[in-house]
Amino acid sequence: MIPEIGHFALILALSVAVVQGIFPLWGSFNGKLAWTSMAKPGAYAQLFFLFISFLCLLYAFIVNDFSVKYVANNSNSQMPAAFRASALWGAHEGSLLLWALILSGWGSAVAFFSKGIPSIMLARVLSVMGLIGVGFMLFLLMTSNPFERLLQIPLQGRQLNPLLQDIGLIIHPPLLYMGYVGMSVAFSFSMAAMIGGKLDAAWARWARPWTNIAWVCLTLGIALGSWWAYYELGWGGWWFWDPVENASLMPWIIGTALIHSLAVTEKRSSFKVWTILLAILAFSLSLLGTFLVRSGVLTSVHSFASDPARGLFILVFLLVVIGSSLLLFAFRAHKLRSTGSFSLVSRESGLLVNNVILLVMAATVLLGTLYPLIIDALSLGKISVGPPYFNAIMVPLALVLFSVMGFGFFVRWKKDSMSRVLKRVWFPLTLSLVSAFVLPMLLAQDLKIMTILGVFASSWIALAALMWVLSSGRSPFKLPLASWGSVVAHIGMAMTVAGITVVSLYDSEKDVRLEKGQSYELAGYKYTFNGVEAIQGANYKAHRATMDISHNGKTVTTVHPEKRDYGPGSMPMTEAGIDAGFTRDLFVALGEPLGGDAWSFRLYHKPFVRWIWLGAVLMGLGGLMAALDKRYRRVRRRSLEVAQDDEKQTTNKPNPKLSGAIA
Amino acid sequence: MNMKFTIPLIVFAALAGLMLFGLTNDPKLIPSPFIGKPAPQFTLPRLYKPEETVSVSDMKGKVWMLNLWASWCVSCRAEHKVVTRLSKKEKIPVIGLNYKDFGTEEYGNEALKWLEVLGNPYYAVVVDKDGMAGIDWGVVGVPETFVMDKKGIVRYKFTGPIYQKAADEILSPLIEKLRKEEG
Repeated sequence: MIPEIGHFALILALSVAVVQGIFPLWGSFNGKLAWTSMAKPGAYAQLFFLFISFLCLLYAFIVNDFSVKYVANNSNSQMPAAFRASALWGAHEGSLLLWALILSGWGSAVAFFSKGIPSIMLARVLSVMGLIGVGFMLFLLMTSNPFERLLQIPLQGRQLNPLLQDIGLIIHPPLLYMGYVGMSVAFSFSMAAMIGGKLDAAWARWARPWTNIAWVCLTLGIALGSWWAYYELGWGGWWFWDPVENASLMPWIIGTALIHSLAVTEKRSSFKVWTILLAILAFSLSLLGTFLVRSGVLTSVHSFASDPARGLFILVFLLVVIGSSLLLFAFRAHKLRSTGSFSLVSRESGLLVNNVILLVMAATVLLGTLYPLIIDALSLGKISVGPPYFNAIMVPLALVLFSVMGFGFFVRWKKDSMSRVLKRVWFPLTLSLVSAFVLPMLLAQDLKIMTILGVFASSWIALAALMWVLSSGRSPFKLPLASWGSVVAHIGMAMTVAGITVVSLYDSEKDVRLEKGQSYELAGYKYTFNGVEAIQGANYKAHRATMDISHNGKTVTTVHPEKRDYGPGSMPMTEAGIDAGFTRDLFVALGEPLGGDAWSFRLYHKPFVRWIWLGAVLMGLGGLMAALDKRYRRVRRRSLEVAQDDEKQTTNKPNPKLSGAIA
Repeated sequence: MNMKFTIPLIVFAALAGLMLFGLTNDPKLIPSPFIGKPAPQFTLPRLYKPEETVSVSDMKGKVWMLNLWASWCVSCRAEHKVVTRLSKKEKIPVIGLNYKDFGTEEYGNEALKWLEVLGNPYYAVVVDKDGMAGIDWGVVGVPETFVMDKKGIVRYKFTGPIYQKAADEILSPLIEKLRKEEG
């Protein structure tokens, strides 16, 4: 009964979304107040019904209702309750439901915090979000119904992939989806602006905090995924240029470009067309990412054919969303004239360079991700585009980007002179150049070109950001929160760059065979193997090794790498033993038994690897600070009056009912 | 309307066209030059009894299938269930050709573990370590599946992992039809 309620609630949510997608938009043209005012209750009702639907599916997972096909395929009663719950988004159907739920959540949030946004604009934004929701819920109901029942009820369900039975994977997908779906807000705002044919600073001020928060979720989601891959896959790697990772990186790169472009649109009324295009791209790539990961195309294009209905729906949906938005762009973009002009040496130019580089980076990733699929689809063979391709293109691009980034802080809007900028940057620039040569010499006793470049890039960004605060002439405590957010986020970027540089160039790993009591020394640390014991987990059996690690004769720590067996049908899982530290990680993975007391081990010394994720956390924090800046709340109230004037200008025949609605 | 704003739309349309072309051009329909010709000969050692060999000529008089797989092939894993079901349902001998896998430096005995974990649906598994038999059969990628009639003629080639619908709608009827033909 409960699953049927969930199914029915999903159908109701779809019906609500249809109304929300059509009437407010229509009403915004014919001036019917009753129609535009359906947007807000529509958004709330859609959230309400989707939440019920979600709860019903969650309930089916918690009580092990194996008569529901999706539950039987992805969960069993031996799994701990937390993993049974997270199994909901462990596969295609459930994660789509989560997607739809989060979308309606964003919609309701926009509706709730919409005080300063004119009702016409709000109606259009919510309508576009409703239409996206219609697409997703149709997809769910037509091809991927999570509430489908089984006629023969199995006694036990199938296991969720043991790789996914992990705390990191409980929060990673929802966070990532928050980011993906959050890009729909910027997208909807852009659609609304193009439908209205007007885009001004007030618009950018509404769109900015939403875009920032979506970007924050995406940043943290990607970092969490990278961290999970690091400790769970047991290879000690933190980024694999895997198509699934690339799918999340592309919207992140474009999202980064978008938040910078939005800044120009707000402050200088410039880059308007560019901002719109980036918003469309960011959301399109989010959609592409969701589908690439969830349709199974990535493991093999042929799996696309295994369920043609799904594949076709996805293609048509992508075509409709991206095609219609670009069509609208083609017809309306010329109306959004940018007014602010700028000269060659100006912050606008710097941000333009930033945007172009980021766009090229995203295109690089897109090409590398889709090329093997295209080759495969055309039956020209199976190729894989590996890290060499990505590194060869992304690293130089990133270096150029980072060099420009430092200047960006000091260059004025509109027009600046090179000599004035140089006067202000010479100190951080010299300092970072010096540290680029001195630090590697002191700490690593060698000088590789990549180390110099990496250390320079990271210290340059960090110092530039810090010096900018110190030399701004204002008390750091009086600086707006948004400026602090920018500083924190850029220092986070510097930290990530430093972590990547050091761990890529100076990590060491070794495969060793150790008998009980034997030890091995790697990068100054002595690893002593003290035996393996068999343990029984909640739904797995494991071998658990004890490894004592000492440094210069002093015991540092003891780690317990495990090898887990989740029963027939699943691969053995490696649970690495990790001693995390600010400047280094010690990482031990347990291999195979080699007879007697001997086991094989993989030992890693990973200097500064934590910095990669700590940097991402700072970036997220910075983005959040920027989104919470007082200015957005204050200005929202002021923008009310401005917006009223705008609406009067855009509607050719001022409608008495409409003006009433805004006032 | 300014023409430059249609550029993104045009680029997107071109990309979409390419994708549609790729996906509607069903790669499985590309005819193999071997179809209608006698199956290329091979004599390969068996996985579990390396001292014994299996040849194509051993299969004469039977409708049989050759299924190329490898432990390193992700899609083979997806296909495995379908092959198992098909071989059980049709009681058809399927020779598993383990391609560039068992005994190689990188993969060692992964193939044995693979069969141990997932089950062995094969009538016999033969080892093509250096991929020479694969070349004779014109293999493009793994997995690939061939269906031979009683005379030893290649009658069908399936590129990529077999999915259940293809097994039910293409392979099963074909096998039944071939069984009715004269040997």
